[in-house]
Amino acid sequence: MQSKLGLDFNKVEYARGLAKNIAEDVQAFVEQYTTVAVERTLARLMGIDGVDENAVPLPNVVVDAVKDKGVLGEGVLFFIANAMMQTGLNPQQIAEKVAAGELDITKVVTRDPQRIAATLQLVIDESMNRIRTRRARREHYLETIGEGPKPYLYIIVATGNIYEDVVQAQAGARQGADVIAVIRTTGQSLLDYVPYGATTEGFGGTFATQENFRIMRKALDEVGEEQGRYIRLCNYCSGLCMPEIAIMGAFEGLDVMLNDALYGILFRDINMQRTLIDQYMSRIINGFAGVIINTGEDNYLTTADAVEAAHTVLASDLINEQLALMAGLKEEQMGLGHAFEMDPMLENGFLLELAQAQMTREIFPKATLKYMPPTKFMTGNIFRGHIQDALFNMIGIWTHQGIQLLGMPTEAIHTPFMSDRYLSIENAKYIFNNMKSIGEEMQFVEGGICRNRAKEVLDNTTKLLEEIVKEGLFTALEKGIFGDVKRPKNGGKGLAGVTMKGANYLNPFVELMKGKR
Amino acid sequence: MSEGLYSMEAKDYDKTLDLTKIKPYGDTMNDGKVQLSFTLPVPCGAEAVEAAKQLLKKMGLENPSVVFYKELTEGFTFFNCYGSCVHTVNYSDIYVPKVESNVMDMYETDKYIKENIGRKIVIVGASTGTDAHTVGIDAVMNMKGYAGHYGLERYEMIEAYNLGSQVPNEEFIAKGLELHADALLVSQTVTQKDVHIQNMTQFIELMEAEGLRDKMICCCGGARVTHELAKELGFDAGFGMNTYADDVASFIAQEMVKRGMK
Repeated sequence: MQSKLGLDFNKVEYARGLAKNIAEDVQAFVEQYTTVAVERTLARLMGIDGVDENAVPLPNVVVDAVKDKGVLGEGVLFFIANAMMQTGLNPQQIAEKVAAGELDITKVVTRDPQRIAATLQLVIDESMNRIRTRRARREHYLETIGEGPKPYLYIIVATGNIYEDVVQAQAGARQGADVIAVIRTTGQSLLDYVPYGATTEGFGGTFATQENFRIMRKALDEVGEEQGRYIRLCNYCSGLCMPEIAIMGAFEGLDVMLNDALYGILFRDINMQRTLIDQYMSRIINGFAGVIINTGEDNYLTTADAVEAAHTVLASDLINEQLALMAGLKEEQMGLGHAFEMDPMLENGFLLELAQAQMTREIFPKATLKYMPPTKFMTGNIFRGHIQDALFNMIGIWTHQGIQLLGMPTEAIHTPFMSDRYLSIENAKYIFNNMKSIGEEMQFVEGGICRNRAKEVLDNTTKLLEEIVKEGLFTALEKGIFGDVKRPKNGGKGLAGVTMKGANYLNPFVELMKGKR
Repeated sequence: MSEGLYSMEAKDYDKTLDLTKIKPYGDTMNDGKVQLSFTLPVPCGAEAVEAAKQLLKKMGLENPSVVFYKELTEGFTFFNCYGSCVHTVNYSDIYVPKVESNVMDMYETDKYIKENIGRKIVIVGASTGTDAHTVGIDAVMNMKGYAGHYGLERYEMIEAYNLGSQVPNEEFIAKGLELHADALLVSQTVTQKDVHIQNMTQFIELMEAEGLRDKMICCCGGARVTHELAKELGFDAGFGMNTYADDVASFIAQEMVKRGMK
């Protein structure tokens, strides 16, 4: 490919190689461990669902029972298989008995891997088929009713009430949105369980629950059929339940998932060991389910300066790409994040933003890039804000972004009104149509601002990656390399849920799902 | 749809400014012109437009004019409207409580602290309760600051501790004690269902219950926070839109001197 920006692709490949080294180092660590969230995910893959009389999800009940005996390292599948052989019950019935205090599942009758595998086989097949069926359903829709052109128009709904979200989401889809993201309630990323059932109360968003996923999926299928365009559903699995929410999404046909450990470490103070281990399993699941993951690099620029810290975004995108490849994700499923966050008063800021967006496009040619709108310098002046969003949209169409997260003129004031979404969608559709082929028509002059900016960011990225290679990602995070935020390796939330894998540890889904479909 | 926009009718109202009776200004004194947009939960059509106009009249807007309307989704119509406000307010009678301190820049504040307090002051800040947003507290505390105003971390005479987001009030206060804080900064970004008010109220109640309320200066901030609201909730000061680290640092330094905190 010829670079429109005159990027030196040898340099890009060198940077990519550095990122690979960094990712391999993380991966070597990750593979030795499991977490309570990974084990709850496996419990859900065994068909365990529902809550006990205290509203504790049964996957938590089972995993906690194993953890309390100090044998979590053997993994829940080992114990579930043993319990199935002893009792003749299915996993759900076993979980109910554990919840009732009638069964200790940590008693072992066999360690024979073949017998265990044979016991689990039927349940495994059932779960795998459930996910495959969901994926096939999406693919069938895409083949029959099709989808909107890229960049996909992404809007959020955030009423707190899933039924009200449905009204807002369907309205947005009718106005032209291609992706509906249901924002989670404040603080859900820090819960070490996933609430159960349909929910109508939330702050700043709606609980991610499997039932809420189901309700919204059904609503979007309805409106998609009506509009003759498949509408994608996005939710967020970053946080302490990353793989669990991923598996619930895979069961219920979600299309896009925020799935980024770095985001959780930096912006939610989740322990880095915990969430990187969780991320691996969740990305394997998302890869298998055909889900596009989104990463949160755009957030770095809300705390650090967007001009000075642009290279940290690219460095993180490169690392995230390598970690995703190691989990078997296809490039097309990578919604690597970047953002339009420079101070609008900056002279030629548009050109710097344009250069970075084009650079990101060229460095990740197949990725479904996620492009984030201005938020930091949205002031409450809704009129200027609407223009800032227009400039952002121009770059989106110019540089062929994958998912355009639509900015709202009322950003920083309230969660979007129905009319805010209308104005934003109108803004984007107008610009995407009116400027459709500008990227093919325009060139960047040699020695000009854009080419120089791209070169500068790439060079700085390479230097940063060289540093991270030397000290490793964990140490780099401790030093505050991304977003000016420092996080200790043993600090943050969720470290107590990390365990080294034991001799009988078993997770056949890694092999069955990774890089497969 | 645009009737009235280019109206030639005589403007038979008093066009002199009277501060005891002010009303909105479009392009002529006392024309009362207001622009607004809203959505009504009704299908698009002549009845919807009429409903919008009637609503404008009830809001006190004469000559209501609907200049644009569009059905957003089935059963919801969006309007852009203009009208002339009949109401007035007495501007000369208004009193708004403000933070009473001279706003100094970083260098002036550092000098002021050296001369008047003679030691570094300790300020601990956090986005408290369930609020996950650090944008506000970062703008005030981070070294770099925001919009050209250096953050508290850069002040020579301030020891600033930014505890980040989602810090429970109990933990926040405990940390404040441990660090011997002179002032605590509570940042609140999420305001849905007034969650920020509940949280800030709980903070002040805890401070009072622990007998700490008078021992530390308590400030709050956020885009939807005003000084008036802050005072009402029992804080010493509130910092809303268009205030920066300068405002916060100058207030705390001067308040400490005023109280004789050394």
